[in-house]
Amino acid sequence: MAEKSDIVGGATAGTAAGVVRHTELDLWKIRLQLTWREFKQNVALFAENKIGLLGVAIIVLFALMAVAHPILIATRVWDPNIYDPIVGYDFTQVQQPAPPSAAHLLGTDPLGRDVLSQLMYSAASEFALGVTAALVTVIVATTVGAVAAYYGGILDSILMRLADLIIMTPFVTILIVLSAMFDVKMIHLAIIIGLLSGFGGDAIIIKSQALTIKVRTYIEAARVAGGGDAHIILRHIVPNLLPLSFLYMMFTVTSAIFSEAVLSFFGLINIRMSWGLMIHTTSTAGYLMDLKRWWLVFPASLSITALCAAFYLVGRALDEVVNPRLRKR
Amino acid sequence: MRRYLVARLAQNVLTYFLFLTMVFFLLDAQPGDFGNSYINDPRLTAEQRALLRARLGLDKPVYERYLIWMSNFLQGEFGVSFSNFPRPVLDVIAERAPRTIILFLTATICSFYFGFMAGKVLAWKRGGWLEYIATVGGVGLYTVFTPWFGLMMILLFAYTLGVFPIGKFIDPVLWRGASEPITANFIFLRLLITGFVGGALLLGWLLYVRRLDPIRRRRLRSVGVIVILLLIVVAWLVYSYVIADQAGWWQQARPAGPLAMLSYLFTRGAIRYAADILWHLVLPVTTLTLISFAGQMLLTRNSMLETLREDYILTARAKGLPERVVRDKHAARNAMLPVLTAFILSLAFVLDGGVITETIFSWPGMGLTLLTAAQTEDIPMAVGALVFTGAMALTAHLVADVLYAYLDPRIRYA
Repeated sequence: MAEKSDIVGGATAGTAAGVVRHTELDLWKIRLQLTWREFKQNVALFAENKIGLLGVAIIVLFALMAVAHPILIATRVWDPNIYDPIVGYDFTQVQQPAPPSAAHLLGTDPLGRDVLSQLMYSAASEFALGVTAALVTVIVATTVGAVAAYYGGILDSILMRLADLIIMTPFVTILIVLSAMFDVKMIHLAIIIGLLSGFGGDAIIIKSQALTIKVRTYIEAARVAGGGDAHIILRHIVPNLLPLSFLYMMFTVTSAIFSEAVLSFFGLINIRMSWGLMIHTTSTAGYLMDLKRWWLVFPASLSITALCAAFYLVGRALDEVVNPRLRKR
Repeated sequence: MRRYLVARLAQNVLTYFLFLTMVFFLLDAQPGDFGNSYINDPRLTAEQRALLRARLGLDKPVYERYLIWMSNFLQGEFGVSFSNFPRPVLDVIAERAPRTIILFLTATICSFYFGFMAGKVLAWKRGGWLEYIATVGGVGLYTVFTPWFGLMMILLFAYTLGVFPIGKFIDPVLWRGASEPITANFIFLRLLITGFVGGALLLGWLLYVRRLDPIRRRRLRSVGVIVILLLIVVAWLVYSYVIADQAGWWQQARPAGPLAMLSYLFTRGAIRYAADILWHLVLPVTTLTLISFAGQMLLTRNSMLETLREDYILTARAKGLPERVVRDKHAARNAMLPVLTAFILSLAFVLDGGVITETIFSWPGMGLTLLTAAQTEDIPMAVGALVFTGAMALTAHLVADVLYAYLDPRIRYA
């Protein structure tokens, strides 16, 4: 697949470089068709993989939960006074934490807040965190990888040693130190995680991929046709790197959600509500090891695990789409 | 190649000092300093506090402290840890490093071994229900919320079933009776040495057996492994005897005869304490292995799938070789390259430990030391801990790159 799209990319590149100017009007149509066809083929390849579909199903489930929460609150199905994930309190319960009942499907936490409501409310912020971190990673890793591979020499050495520097840094410790220095909010955390993983290991992997692309014939063709450095990087190298970048984006989502959960479990970042914070609340209230009050720990822990695993599985399935040598046929 | 190596080494040294500088200033940029902790003590007057701070050098500006630290570091002097005040940093590291290394080295080796074995089979039997279960289960464990999983393991195995100790690396009641030369670190160091020697012996034996003909090989291999394991136990027994002899413990046991001496060896000898540490090691190592083996499994699987497309696999099959031989000898060994690289890279972080594991299993090693040092701004301690990690990480990266070029002749460095 990659071979084929390379040929297609090379052909369109040749055309775009000004060989056949008069067909320019139709060019975008052809391109769109090609992209659409390739997209359909990729979807078919992806759908072959049951494991990837399982991942997608879990992600969709959590996305539905995230979407449903504000609707439930706005339509007053859930009274905000009782079901607000942060300040709600149910006075009808005799004792908190209350076990699961019809009113509270997953019971209430030690502060009398509905666990299911917290779970659904947090899903939205987990997605926001994961996606922001992943976008930062993709942008940084692709840029650094492509630039380092294309220019080589001193720039490459500097960027790669910087990547070494970031790999050496103990991730959790640095995050904890940073949270002591600044008032770390979810968005900062997302950007920090994105930068660290985008500039570290991911950049090295993307760079090695970019090195193999740099020596392809269509890059030479583009250069002979008079393409500048920026043109070659942006139009020829980066598009061929993006599949791999998106793959690592999935893994970044996993690590971002996981890091957030660990940091809030230790009570180190300033956020209003998250799955990790739910476990932290349980832990400070002393119910962490209490299996009889399973609804305090299990839903949040399993949600973290399930969403992380889902993104990881999707990444794995994408790997088989991106890397033709892993396919069955 | 030589030019590449020299250039890379020079870059590494530069990166290393940049790293230390960065960590030093980053830690110092936190609000307050270690001297602030004296405010908690109401008995200290302001002058005394100022004196204590001055004694730690905290009255000087940060760049001056950095220069002092760096010049000391270049002379091989790591300074004194603030939070363990009179103790030098190196002393604290020497105390905590063996525990961390033993735990994380064992766990890394276990997870790579099981991951490699599982990945090999997974790639071979592609597309079956086995693959789905192993992948989903493995990834589920890989991305599991670690603190919760660790606690559940403790709850199940240590609390409910009661088969393993709940936490810590020694049993305090047992160790209270330990006599003179035996301390936890004494045993840890010797366990590490035993591990290295035993591992080398095993590896050598397996490599030797490989050259024998297949019929004799199978029986000889397992016999040899058992003999080596027995040898290790016997060596420990003899060693316990020697220690007991030197410490003069025999006054009580010798008159009662050899049987009493043997039982004394097993209840009070060094081997008993070594067994206690190993016993405490089982649960954390199992947990760490379960959490991380999936990464290696999937890596091996991908690498295997790429290898299985090669022509020599087809040739081996066409020759009529048994499936197992094709899988283990032709495919798996060639698929090992990326796994080996990952292994070397992860060895670099063995000293780092893990904050989560060490917290959950109350295993006070390097991870916790680094974290508390960073949080209390015990800068000499924190930077001192990172000095070794950084050097190991850089070296491992270089070794991995060079090894890659050495093992795969298609890769060349200009």
